[in-house]
This record gives sequence, structure tokens and C-alpha cells, in this order.
Amino acid sequence: MNDMRLPPSILPLELENVSFVHRGQVLLDRISLRLEGHGKTLIMGPNGAGKSLLMRLCHGLLKPTGGRIRWSGHANGKAPRQAMVFQRPVLLRRSALANLTYALAAGGTPRSRRKLLAWEALEHFGLTAIAHRPARVLSGGEQQRLALARAWLLKPEVLFLDEPTSALDPAAIKAVEDAVADFHRQGTRIVMSSHDLNQARRLADEVVFLYGGRLIEHSPAEVFFSQPQTAQARAFIDGELVW
Amino acid sequence: MSATDNAFQTALTLVLGVDPALMGIVALSLQVSLTAVLIASLLALPLGAALALWAFPGRGMIVVLLNALMGLPPVVAGLMVYLLLSRAGPLGQWGLLFTPSAMVVAQVVLVLPIIAALTRQQIEELWGEYREQLSSFGIARWRAIPTLLRDARFGLITVILAGFGRASAEVGAVLIVGGNIDGITRVMTTAIALETNKGNLPLALGLGIVLLLLVAVVNGAAYVVGETARRRLG
Amino acid sequence: MVVKILGLGLGLALSLGSQAQDNERYITLASTTSTEQSGLFDAVIPQFRDTTGIDVHVVAVGTGQAFEIARRGDADSLLVHDTEGEQRFVADGYATERRDVMYNDFVIVGPTDDPAGIRDAETASEAFSMIAEAEAPFASRGDDSGTNRAELRLWESAGVEPGGEWYRELGSGMGQTLNTAAGMDAYVMSDRATWVAFDNRQNLELLFEGDEALFNQYGSLLISEERHPHLKHDLARQWHDWLLSEEGQRAIADFELKGQQLFFPNAE
Repeated sequence: MNDMRLPPSILPLELENVSFVHRGQVLLDRISLRLEGHGKTLIMGPNGAGKSLLMRLCHGLLKPTGGRIRWSGHANGKAPRQAMVFQRPVLLRRSALANLTYALAAGGTPRSRRKLLAWEALEHFGLTAIAHRPARVLSGGEQQRLALARAWLLKPEVLFLDEPTSALDPAAIKAVEDAVADFHRQGTRIVMSSHDLNQARRLADEVVFLYGGRLIEHSPAEVFFSQPQTAQARAFIDGELVW
Repeated sequence: MSATDNAFQTALTLVLGVDPALMGIVALSLQVSLTAVLIASLLALPLGAALALWAFPGRGMIVVLLNALMGLPPVVAGLMVYLLLSRAGPLGQWGLLFTPSAMVVAQVVLVLPIIAALTRQQIEELWGEYREQLSSFGIARWRAIPTLLRDARFGLITVILAGFGRASAEVGAVLIVGGNIDGITRVMTTAIALETNKGNLPLALGLGIVLLLLVAVVNGAAYVVGETARRRLG
Repeated sequence: MVVKILGLGLGLALSLGSQAQDNERYITLASTTSTEQSGLFDAVIPQFRDTTGIDVHVVAVGTGQAFEIARRGDADSLLVHDTEGEQRFVADGYATERRDVMYNDFVIVGPTDDPAGIRDAETASEAFSMIAEAEAPFASRGDDSGTNRAELRLWESAGVEPGGEWYRELGSGMGQTLNTAAGMDAYVMSDRATWVAFDNRQNLELLFEGDEALFNQYGSLLISEERHPHLKHDLARQWHDWLLSEEGQRAIADFELKGQQLFFPNAE
């Protein structure tokens, strides 16, 4: 996706006994995990299992209270070339276009190229008509697409998506899933949380299943859905666990 | 009461007659208060933002202090600045006492805590919203300050206006450090106090009405700007 | 937009600075509200300026505050009306010279129906005794001003220790005290200048005047060069000398308000 020489990969991502304790409550408990390759990982589990927290730790927004998170070549903390899309997109109080050029500026793109790149991204995500509208008065679906366009501009090697479709209508969900597929085609590693089983079946190459702050299963999607190893995963797949 | 009727007549005559002495007083009032608000803003906006973004030892105390100073009585501020600028005081050499510059200093002391404290509130709110996204972009906190100040600008305009309101309305501080010297440091409020002392109530009230109009015009203009922009940018 | 605002601010600040530098030939005079509010300075200072090219910036405050401003070296010259205090100021070394400039007088003002009957008093201290006896409301400046100090001396000579419900210390300037007295129908002692210039009289009327005990002497002081070398002593001396000169004394005598001469020059 870039004609210039790519910097060395930041993958694999390795988590070693990662814990997160907040006010005496253990929210994540000794999670060890290794992510590599080019697949799409779905993080699943009931509400409060720790899905969002795990992604924030990986992305570097929070620091674990125990254990280690290691990106290849970045011994500690945050690595570049990764982006995150949140459940409720955080857009700046500016026009859609300005939101994109801002992200480019933050990433160090020279001023002269920002407008052009931003317009390309708007076009790619079908947002040119709303380029000059204030970002925060757009519909939920448009806002999420804009957030994806913004992530697109950052050319991430890894993209985290935290329940990106949970508040959207079916048409908007489709648009987001198409975008995720786009990212994947361009070689971006996808890590996405969801509690929607159908969506997970559509998208997942592998599944990380969390329950009560612990990693219970980590397996290829077809294995997870056909032969879950644990009672909790089975109950979740059968729709018995209320999320 | 006839004093009130007279006052409106007097105010009308003052405004329509373009009395040069009055215009001088109005111009000086605006000049002093706008300069003070500008200087206070340049200091208080980054300060308020910094207080919103960083937790450091003593931060709580500074926040409480700023909130308390919002209610600082103007006479006390005036007295403090007087002692500071007086020849016998630490900054006496500058010879600023009884000049418009001294009045600017006093008003900065009054206005800065208001702008800083309210800025902190606004920025803290916005930071809560933006924090993860900006951090995801890899933007360091100090680099977030311009972004936050820019995106909070409509709220901050109201904050600055609150500061301007306090600056232009106060009399206690400028009276002490300016001395209410005719043609040199006489502003609207000290002129009003003087005319009241002379028992010239219609003129005093007339000046008061002019001051009120002035503040109303400034606020109205800012309101229109803010509303238009808010509708445009959401 | 930011640049525009910065430019505007810079312009404002610069123009403030240039205003201060516009006229370096001026002195700051600490004086009393009564002289300023009567309009005396508006009449006299332009004549001084025409003669010498020196402007006078008047900071008009209560006598106590005027002394304090001069003591701290914040005024080049001092013109007040508290002879005793002025002499002490010289004795303490803050001023090198004190000269009589002019006098006006105090008057006793009160409600038209005069409940204490002081219209018939022979002397000022008798009038004060009558007010105390009738316990009629009396408004006092209570601000350590020259007028306030003169009033307290009169109570002393009347053998009354003022206090109680009827005696109200306002802690205000002369005009404000007159405003308040008019509002509550109280007796009040005022300098004649402020009283003549005062517009909001309502029910108040001049009831007693003319006793020599009510004379109000103004003095001009030269501030000690030794204590405050930074002051504009040259210019201040010119002002001091001019006030005492024939020209200055005539300017004071010529000043009239509503057809009345308010200040009587008496430099020796």
C-alpha cells in the first residue's frame, strides 16, 4: 500500500502474563497471547469480560499493572503504525475534512500533501459529499466511516476496532464490515472486539475468548465455533450468556 | 423618580452629543479593560489547560486557590497592586502607579483567575472526550493544548467575556491604583463613583447606562459570532 | 485570527505606553476630594500650566490616604487640610516645608425642620451639644479625613463623646456622606465647597455657619528630597511656589461656583 520501503514489522505482538488491577479489582488476569500474521482476530466474550481493556492495553493507551506487552522491535509501551477505532467515534469539533488533515498532521505528513490524501480517503469511503460538514453533526454511520477513513490515512500495520458496529443500523454495519475487509486486503492486521456472533462468524479468522478477565480460549474461528473447548464458550455460542 | 428620567435624558445627550470628554473616558475604559483581558488570556488559557491536563503535587491547591481568587474583592486586588507598584514597593522603580498601565495590571490580577479557572473546567471536559483519540494518534499532552484550546474556542469566548465583564465593571481596583486622574486615568466606573460623590446622580446614572450599553454591545457581538460558528461547526 | 488579536493587543499596550510618555513635564499631586470635587483644580491648574508648561495630575483621596501616598513616595506634592497632621508630617521628616495656601470653612447641614434647633446656636460646639442632646441622627465621615478630624475636635470641645444609635460613622467620602445624610435626614458637617457643589440635597439645608472654629486651613507641602530622591522635586517646587505667588493666590480667589467664592487665599 506504500511505494516507499516499509519499516520493519511491529508484529508479532506478545503478551506475557498481563494483568490489570483497578481499585483492588482484578479486571484482567495474567493474559498471555501472541498475535502475528495477516489474519482477522475477533475478541469475544460477555460484557465486562475485559475486551475493550485488552485492546487499550495492546494499543498502548493504558499500561498493564502486571506482566509485559511487547511489540517486535519496541521493547516497551507504544509502537507506531497502529490505529484504533472506538465504539463511539471520537471526532474533533471540526469539519470532516479537517478531522482527516489533523490526523495526517499528527502523523507527520507534510502540509502540502495532506489535502490531497484526505480527499482520496473521503472518496474511498464515499464521504466526499459531507467533506465540509461539521464532523459531530454527522449520522452515527457517517461518523464511524469517517473514523475508519482517518485510520486508513495512518496506513496502520495493525488496526484495533472496539465494537465498531454496536450502535449502528444494518446498512452502516455493512459499510463498516466492507471497510474492515478493505483494510485486510491492504495487508493490515485486524484486531476487533464484538459480541455479535453472526458478525464474528462472517469476519473472524481466529477468536480470542475472554471470560471474567481471563483468556479462556484462543483458537481458529472454525474450531471455536464448531468445537468450543470450554463450557463458558459453549454457553456463549449457544446464546445462553447474556452480554 | 425624576432622577431616573433625567438619567436617561443625560445618557442620551451624552451618547448623541459625542461629548469629547466622555469619548476619552470610554476609549480609555475599553483600552484598559481589553488590554487587561488580552494579557490575562494569554497567560490564563495555557495555565488553565495545563491544570486540566496534568496531575502534579499541589495541583488541587492551585485549583482551589484560583476558584477562591475568582471572588477576590477588587479593592483588595487594587490594594495589593498598589503596594506592589508603590515607590516603597518592590516594583516601585517602574513608576507605573497612577498610570493606565497600573490599571491594566490590577485588572489582569482580577481577571486571570476567572479565565484560568473556567478554562480548566472547559478543557478538562474536552480532554476527557479527546484523550484516548489524541493518545492513539501519538500526540503528547503538551502538543494537545493548542488542539484543545482551538476546539473549545466557543466556550472559551464566553469565558473571556466573563473576564471582560469583570474588568470593565469593577471600580475598587482602578480607583486605588489609577487615582482617577482627570483625563489620564479616569474611566467609566471611577467617573460614575465621582459623580455619585458629587451628588450628581443623573450624570452618574447616565454614565452607568452608557457603560451598560457598551458591555451589552460587546457581549451581543460575541454571542452572534459564537452562535453562528456553533451552528456551522457543531 | 490569532495574529490579528495579538496585533490588536500590542497596539493597545503601545498606545497606553505612549500616553504615559506624552507629557513628561507633570507632577502627581495628592490632594483631598473636597478640592477636586469643587472644581477648584479645573480652574487653577490650566493657569499654572500656561505659565510653566507643567501639568498637574490630581489624585483626590481622603486626607489620611493622601498622607500615606506621600509618605510612600507615590506623589510629588501634597495639598491637604489638616494643619496638625501636616506639622507632624514635617516633624517626622517626610516633608521639608509646609505653607498656608488658602482656607474655606465647614458648614453644618441638616434637615429643614431642624429637630435639634441648631439654627439658634451661638457657636459650633454649642450646635454639636444640641445635636447630641436631642440625639438627632448625625452622619460622620468616619474615614480619618481632614473633615473627619475637624469634626472630632469639635465634639471634644463640646464635651461630647459621640456614639450611640444617633451617631453614624459611614467611612465614606464627603459626597457619599452627604448622599447618605440626605437619605436619612441626618445632620452632617461638610466643607463648604462640596456642599455648594452638591446637587442631591433633597431635604437638607445649611443650618449653621460662620464660627471661626469651622475654618478649614489648606496647606501645601514640599516632600523631602532626602527621603524620596526619585520624585520631581524641581517641578513640585514650582507648583508650591506658584500657589503661594500673587498669581496663584489670585487664581484661587477668582474661582467661583454658583456665584460663590469657595476658597480664600491666605499665604503669607
